[in-house]
Amino acid sequence: MAMKVYGPAASTNVARVLVCLEEVGLDYELVPVDMTKGEHKSPAHVSRNPFGQVPAFQDGDLILSESRAISKYILRKGGGSHLLREGNLSEAAMVDVWLEVESGQFDSAMSPIVFQCFVVPMFMGGTTDMKVVEENLEKLKKSLEVYEARLSRFKYLAGDFVSLADISHFPMAHYLLVGPHASVIDAYPHVKAWIADIMSRPSVKKVTELMEAAIRMN
Amino acid sequence: MAPVKVYGWAVSPFVARALLCLEEAGVEYELVPMSRAAGDHRRPEHLARNPFGQVPVLEDGGLTLFESRAIARHVLRKYKPELLGGGDLAASATVDVWLEVEAHQHHPAAGAVVKECVVSPLLGGAPDQAVVGENVEKLRRVLEVYEARLGRSRYLAGDLVSLADLSHFPIMRYFMDTEHAALVEALPRVKAWWEELAARPAARKVAELMPPNFGFSKKP
Repeated sequence: MAMKVYGPAASTNVARVLVCLEEVGLDYELVPVDMTKGEHKSPAHVSRNPFGQVPAFQDGDLILSESRAISKYILRKGGGSHLLREGNLSEAAMVDVWLEVESGQFDSAMSPIVFQCFVVPMFMGGTTDMKVVEENLEKLKKSLEVYEARLSRFKYLAGDFVSLADISHFPMAHYLLVGPHASVIDAYPHVKAWIADIMSRPSVKKVTELMEAAIRMN
Repeated sequence: MAPVKVYGWAVSPFVARALLCLEEAGVEYELVPMSRAAGDHRRPEHLARNPFGQVPVLEDGGLTLFESRAIARHVLRKYKPELLGGGDLAASATVDVWLEVEAHQHHPAAGAVVKECVVSPLLGGAPDQAVVGENVEKLRRVLEVYEARLGRSRYLAGDLVSLADLSHFPIMRYFMDTEHAALVEALPRVKAWWEELAARPAARKVAELMPPNFGFSKKP
């Protein structure tokens, strides 16, 4: 039975899981969850993700939630462990460090920006709160300064090897690139080149197309 | 061999997370004290270790790490991997899930309550009751999920204790000193799980370094 991912492809957390499946080439089924109709709060979905969020994931009897946990499982199971480096203590530790940075610094600044610039106008009929956007752009820039210094020394975040820490950035990076604030990365040439590198991976291109198709359908 | 070093102030729940893992794994370490008030975390020598200027930092041989949850994973992977689910794919995935839940669901709510109810008063401010109310409600819903979960297994990730459980200890240590501890008291399985966690020798040892007033001197 193919693995199942529950959630809309346009969700950054769903996209993160999809890209790992594409990286390892495992068969999967993307099961839609219509969040505009509250399906993510339905008993069926909550039985898979008790916090009523997306994605949820199923592999046989195993049900998982939380995209970064699901991603690691898929990579370990599907022959993608080179993206985690768990056979090498030092490298695995650096992957973990920058995955935490992705979650705690990059995602936490990008999420309100994407919410205000995409979700509010497109799905909620509201207006972008520019104060929230500006505040978070400032936070983002502070983080990007650190990224710039790091990527001036190493080709990728965890070292000179690509890892889940890099790829995990792509969903928010995609929305940054197609949104009104893409130029923020122009001041950080190594970051800009690194993002371009990640976005050029076949797995990332494939999932980006799925994300865009899902948005067009709405 | 150089001992493991942790840089930071132990009252920080993030530093405490790192110390707890070292204690659980029985690893000898040196806590290098830093002063938040003196801005040690913003000095160049610290920024060289953690470019985000935060604590903790861990040095293990030639490896320098930051981000407390990454440090925790490294310490256990190296010194006590059974606390990460061992080599079993499903078990390690489940530990990862509940670690993410701690980070994304539990900590934002519990941390906000601690910040308003404990830290703000110590700094001479008043708790923002709207923020407290909102986060108490969020935490209630999260803990209700935990209550159901703990009805199906002894610990969050299964029948063996793991980092997923341990990772909750530091912020809960402070949360349980607030009036909102009643949230936990009202959920029998969560309460028992918390009490068992806090009774672990490693947790007791680390709690000694975490006075309820965060080490601020009491106002006269």
